[in-house]
Amino acid sequence: MNALLRVEGISKRFRGLLAVDRLTFDVPEGGIFAVIGPNGAGKTTLFNMIAGVYKPDNGIITFAGERIEGLAPDQVCQRGIGRTFQIVRPFPALSVEDNVIVGALMRRNDVVDARTHAHEVLRRLDLYDKRTQLASSLTLPDRKRLEVARSLATDPKLLLLDEVMAGLRPTETDRIVSILRELNRESGLTILLIEHVMRAVMALAGRILVLHHGASIAEGVPGDVVRDQAVIDSYLGAEDI
Amino acid sequence: MMFSRLFENVSRRMLVLLAALLIVLFGAPFFATDYLLTVLILILYFAYIGQAWNIMMGFAGQLSLGHALYVGLGAYTSAALYVHFGIGPWIGLLVAIPIAALAGVFIGYLAFRFKVGGVYFAILTIAVAEFARVGFDHFAWTKGSSGLFLPVAQFTRNDLWLLRGQPVMFYYILLVATVLAFVFCRALLQSRMGYFWLAIREDEEAARSAGIDTFRYKMIAVVISSGMTSFAGVIYAFYYNNLFPEQVFHISRSIEIILGPIVGGVGTLFGPIIGAFLLTGMSETLIAALHAVGLDIPGAKQVFYGICLLLVIMALPDGIWPWLARRLGLSEREK
Amino acid sequence: MPFEVYLNVAVGGLLTGLVYGLMALGLSVIFGVVRVVNFAHGEMMTIAMYIAIVLFSALHLDPMVMMVPIAAVLFCFGYALQAGVINPFITRPEHSQFLLLVAIAIIMINVLLILFGPDAQSVQTSYSYDSFQFGKLIVDATKLYAAAAAVTVAVALYCFFQFTAIGTAIRACADNYTGALVVGLDVKHLYALTFGLGSACVGAAGVMLVLIVDVTPSLGPAYTLLAFVIVITGGLGSMPGALLGGVLIGLTEAMAGLIFTPSAKSMFAFGILVLVLLFRPQGIMGKKVT
Repeated sequence: MNALLRVEGISKRFRGLLAVDRLTFDVPEGGIFAVIGPNGAGKTTLFNMIAGVYKPDNGIITFAGERIEGLAPDQVCQRGIGRTFQIVRPFPALSVEDNVIVGALMRRNDVVDARTHAHEVLRRLDLYDKRTQLASSLTLPDRKRLEVARSLATDPKLLLLDEVMAGLRPTETDRIVSILRELNRESGLTILLIEHVMRAVMALAGRILVLHHGASIAEGVPGDVVRDQAVIDSYLGAEDI
Repeated sequence: MMFSRLFENVSRRMLVLLAALLIVLFGAPFFATDYLLTVLILILYFAYIGQAWNIMMGFAGQLSLGHALYVGLGAYTSAALYVHFGIGPWIGLLVAIPIAALAGVFIGYLAFRFKVGGVYFAILTIAVAEFARVGFDHFAWTKGSSGLFLPVAQFTRNDLWLLRGQPVMFYYILLVATVLAFVFCRALLQSRMGYFWLAIREDEEAARSAGIDTFRYKMIAVVISSGMTSFAGVIYAFYYNNLFPEQVFHISRSIEIILGPIVGGVGTLFGPIIGAFLLTGMSETLIAALHAVGLDIPGAKQVFYGICLLLVIMALPDGIWPWLARRLGLSEREK
Repeated sequence: MPFEVYLNVAVGGLLTGLVYGLMALGLSVIFGVVRVVNFAHGEMMTIAMYIAIVLFSALHLDPMVMMVPIAAVLFCFGYALQAGVINPFITRPEHSQFLLLVAIAIIMINVLLILFGPDAQSVQTSYSYDSFQFGKLIVDATKLYAAAAAVTVAVALYCFFQFTAIGTAIRACADNYTGALVVGLDVKHLYALTFGLGSACVGAAGVMLVLIVDVTPSLGPAYTLLAFVIVITGGLGSMPGALLGGVLIGLTEAMAGLIFTPSAKSMFAFGILVLVLLFRPQGIMGKKVT
């Protein structure tokens, strides 16, 4: 398969601290790719570089054949990368429906079209019945799905998910896992996720990259990665497997 | 097409309310005394500017504390063109709008390019308005601090083209402007841009990651708001016939402008109107009441005004309209 | 004009600027900790000024002597204002806080207007026209005293924040609100204390300014603005920054008044503000935000 997203040797330094260190990997088109690693490993920094929040100090990021490093977040989104935030940030005073319409309007000029599209996305994510509620009144699991919905409404080719399962109960996690798997299978959506919930990672990911101190210590199919000694030592610990 | 969904999600109750309000306002000059008419003119003036300010703050979330700048630029541009070249106010408006919008672009570009937001943005808007105030004090073409005066005569007939006439003419102009502003803002809110503005107001970073070019839409908000506000300045100049930088550009003018929409409900369409009615009404009532009890010493009215303001903001921090809309049984979307 | 004129005006501006700096320090401390922009800052200063004037004209108490007591009164006033009125607003949006403080400012200005009338008042002490001469440099005694007092108060405040337990607790609140709650600090009390301290600063500055300027009830808004300009120029949250910003603005205004015209001097202060916002938004001494 072709790489939809190609990351080549990117680094980012904050006040002398090397958050991401010459990282290279490919996310295949149509795949589900997970980045795991302990806190402070540089996962969110990596995401922020792909999403355009930070410009990498060195290296190249290519998306669908086009260089995107250093583009602004809105430009990255317009090229087809949707993202969620680790700490969810829906638009609190807007209704669930309006939150998703905002996303849908990126590729649609007409509000009525956007609403129709938003409704489809809301149905997919089991939020249609709550569409008139204010986003601020939702529970955490609902808000997490709303973030995914808003991002999906922008019709991304690649979806960046920053710990969408964190803090959820196992049943909620399974619900999101099945939604994501369905999206990936039916519409060929490529997904790049950061996740701590190994249960979700194992269920979803076709490929896993393990980050430690900003550098990759292992990459491969889930079965191999979790048996990697370096990964067990630095992150998973023996009891998790 | 922009206005095609104007009545979407509007309840019957709301329509009746709106129609009644319009009838009362259009008929008011036939019943109102001269004094009441001047009060109504003031109310409409503030309702109109409040609506314009609300586009920037209530929709796009950019707190401007210097809107007197745009009023002043509109007023001075049209008045100076009239005094020096005999150019009528409607042509003057065509010059005033771009000038005010340009000032808005200047502030917006500086602030948004360099990521000046929140309180800092507010201070920047005050600073530019103050800059203009002192600048106009020393600007000889507009007669500096000694004031620019429009020729006044007894107007026997209303000249709509040159805006020379009696208060009732200004009343209807402002009424039409307020209604148009209301409809325009409703259409804006329902538009693609309206959604983008609300997203920016709610969370700018999240809005960017949803693909919104926040710089561009914030700039558009500033341009529309400042351009609209300058029209009020033109009316101000031709209604009062005199302009002093100390009065027109003063920070207390900017504050007056924004009290109404905040008290009425920021980001709502009715907020600026309700706020204007309440605050101007309150102010006039206080004058009359204090006069009646013999307490009309300088400052007394403002003290009570300040206390009322304090009580309103403490009791209804989101403003009056969201609360009133609930009481009137209007739907969520009509707030 | 001879060089001495420029020098004298510059030194005068510098000294006045230090008093401005103390006033701005109050605003900076309040915003830095409580995160509320005190739009009634100049009005609070005007209150202190009138207290000083009344004490002087009725009881012949010298403002220099009364600085600490008046600052204490302003402290209590600020404490009560924060604890009683402003505290519920600390989590509300900026425009809501703005409206609250504007309402408070309107009340203050007009109560002063009712009590003292619109005419300018001033304090004429025995040393009002004294001056010191250093070679060709002539310095007004009042300005020198006022600046010395301002620096003393600023240093005392700095020591309070650095070396006392309460000062450290307040800084902790400023750094991390939730963290401060978690470790059991009485945040409401500390916020009120901070607002009180900020008010005491502006009160002390007001008492000093009484020696230099004439006072009217409507002085407030102009000084509120001036305090903003200084704080943003110097760097919000930086105590040396506030003093430096004060000196810079004081100097600019004095020189602009001399070279151009006094009525245009505030234009230059705003010009500096705009430049700072553009090229160093964190202020001269402020820390860069990432």
